[in-house]
Amino acid sequence: MAYKNFILVCGGTACESSHSEEIYRNLIKEAEALGVSHDVQVVKTGCFGFCEKGPIVKVLPSESFYVEVKPEDAHEIIAEQVVKGREVTRLLYRKDKKSDTAKLEDIEFYQKQFRIVLRNCGVINPESIDEYIARDGYKALEKALFEMTPEEIIAEVKASGLRGRGGAGFPTGLKWEAARKSPGDVKYIVCNADEGDPGAYMDRSTIEGDPHSILEAMVIAGRAVGANFGYIYIRAEYPLAIERLKIAIAQAKEYGLLGKDILGSGFDFDIEIRLGAGAFVCGEETALLQSIEGKRGMPRPKPPFPAVKGLWGKPTVINNVETLANVPVVITRGAQWFAAIGTEKSKGTKVFALTGKINNSGLIEVPMGTTLREIIFDIGGGIKGGRKFKGVQTGGPSGGIIVEKDLDTPISYESLTALGSMMGSGGMIVMSEDDCVVDVSKFYMAFCVDESCGKCAPCRIGTKQMYGLLDKISKGQGEEADLDKLEQIGRAMTKASLCMLGGSAANPTLSTLRHFRDEYLEHIRDKKCRAGTCKDLVVYEIDPAKCIGCGLCARRCPVSCITGEKKKPHVIDGSKCIKCGECYTACKFGAVIKR
Amino acid sequence: MAKMTLEQLRAFREGKRQELEKRNVEGKDIQVIVGMGTCGIAAGAKLTFDAIVAALEKHNMADKVVVRQTGCMGLCYVEPTVEVVMPGMPPVIYGKMTSDVAEELVVKHLVEHSLLDNHIFDRPAVDIVAH
Repeated sequence: MAYKNFILVCGGTACESSHSEEIYRNLIKEAEALGVSHDVQVVKTGCFGFCEKGPIVKVLPSESFYVEVKPEDAHEIIAEQVVKGREVTRLLYRKDKKSDTAKLEDIEFYQKQFRIVLRNCGVINPESIDEYIARDGYKALEKALFEMTPEEIIAEVKASGLRGRGGAGFPTGLKWEAARKSPGDVKYIVCNADEGDPGAYMDRSTIEGDPHSILEAMVIAGRAVGANFGYIYIRAEYPLAIERLKIAIAQAKEYGLLGKDILGSGFDFDIEIRLGAGAFVCGEETALLQSIEGKRGMPRPKPPFPAVKGLWGKPTVINNVETLANVPVVITRGAQWFAAIGTEKSKGTKVFALTGKINNSGLIEVPMGTTLREIIFDIGGGIKGGRKFKGVQTGGPSGGIIVEKDLDTPISYESLTALGSMMGSGGMIVMSEDDCVVDVSKFYMAFCVDESCGKCAPCRIGTKQMYGLLDKISKGQGEEADLDKLEQIGRAMTKASLCMLGGSAANPTLSTLRHFRDEYLEHIRDKKCRAGTCKDLVVYEIDPAKCIGCGLCARRCPVSCITGEKKKPHVIDGSKCIKCGECYTACKFGAVIKR
Repeated sequence: MAKMTLEQLRAFREGKRQELEKRNVEGKDIQVIVGMGTCGIAAGAKLTFDAIVAALEKHNMADKVVVRQTGCMGLCYVEPTVEVVMPGMPPVIYGKMTSDVAEELVVKHLVEHSLLDNHIFDRPAVDIVAH
């Protein structure tokens, strides 16, 4: 027995609520009725994303992707596809040509994702250089060493429109050119793998899944700018990524792809790993260089830029992991191919770590110009538990919140900045109505207070003052004038801080103040937190009508503040309650109320 | 292997690519690929890996199947993830493949040539490297 076709019926919650179960049963019935049940297996699957276009049915091996399938379509799918081997064209997914992302017109595919950086992630064994080589690995290096001059490499990267993926978006080609033109015999290439935003794991996953792509790109960069040595600065709390990098470096050296006289070209390039201790500020390039030099990681004013005066005073190119992972593809496929993807000013793709109150959290890569709505609802499968979307934080503690009305903005460096957020390195945290903006702003500000290096006053003092005000508001002790103070301090920090840590630390607060001022005012005037996350404003009570006196809440309560006789309504002693919420989650009868 | 020259690297790549295209690794034509980034491992991918190896032994499939590791497939919400590539079956990515489902995977997919219900997830993107 061997099936010729497999029909996959999406069994995600959204599709199930739109009759996927009925479609599944109908397909089996039809297959039996038409006598082909030995040729086809009907399978229920997990969520395929695309929930708005559900129910989804996919047929293998033909890869036919059907959307908005109705139970009565089952007959046609079996009769046409399984019996006659023809696709049911009217059900096939068609990409909306109006969207900015459809520029790759020669490639017609239903997936919203397009993987350049993650091309090998989840495909090859990251500990095998052979598998990397088999999938065009080190082919770009061949081209860069034997077929292109350093000037041609730089011209290609410039023409591709590749910009820094660490967040700032500086054109990579220009950075390389500046370092090439800077006088000096000794130059350095540094890979910034000090990914530190809460909720971000793009670079970590890229290195863990495809370490050789970074090494290859660094050698190419070295050849382009005239550097013979590179450092990978990675945080010590990424042990698996470090381990795989070490293996990759050893393998590349063994094969002669790193070290002296690479592939007999006469070009030398070596790479060493430097471990960071996990300070967020060391992701800032000048602080990172200080840290590599063994000094305390603190930023210094720019200019001079690292491309002129960097590591040990020598011209240095610092590129982020994701930027580098693009480079081999730019070289092998050419600038034209790369520049065809994305928007006018933001070329290529962007990797995001999609987390928070989202159904399908994950590591995703989309062409620039994809909208946030497509990411959150088509790829991410919408908000967890059917709750209402509130906002999405891009750029971590440096970014801002983007709200419902702006979800259809095509993603680019410029568009996100215009919305008061930023591209950032790629953390994307989705928030629902269960998240409180004051609490979120306070969280990010606490992070910035911890991570501020203390060198400049606006950041050192400003973050602390803003945190104090946010803390006051979250406790119901705020005054309306505090909101103006927050904005004032925030603006001063944005203008006067030495580096972008301070320069962007106010963003989460300023953007939530802009979009959700009413919620801040609620905390101040009504002493109310509508999401119920600001502990001091929440009161837990037991509804005597619903409580059956099972005593479960009392047993769970860590401070024993719930009392009551068995089988009689219990009572919470508000003066002792620490508002941990244990009773609220424990109660099976909905008798514990959160106000 | 010693250091390579340009010509050697090219020849080596071609050989490896054909091997990969024939989907024939170490003389075995069935591949079970386990996603083992930090996220997968945290969700139990190492246990899954071991359970698959044990199940293959039990069902006398060990000589036909190579179990490999790879990085993150991006499907964080359904880790651990496992891809199965074998002749006569479409390549499929399974999610939520905890160690207790490993034997079912081996029996249903590898031995009986049928797919598992409620575990299949879609490949997130086209492969730009494939020729």
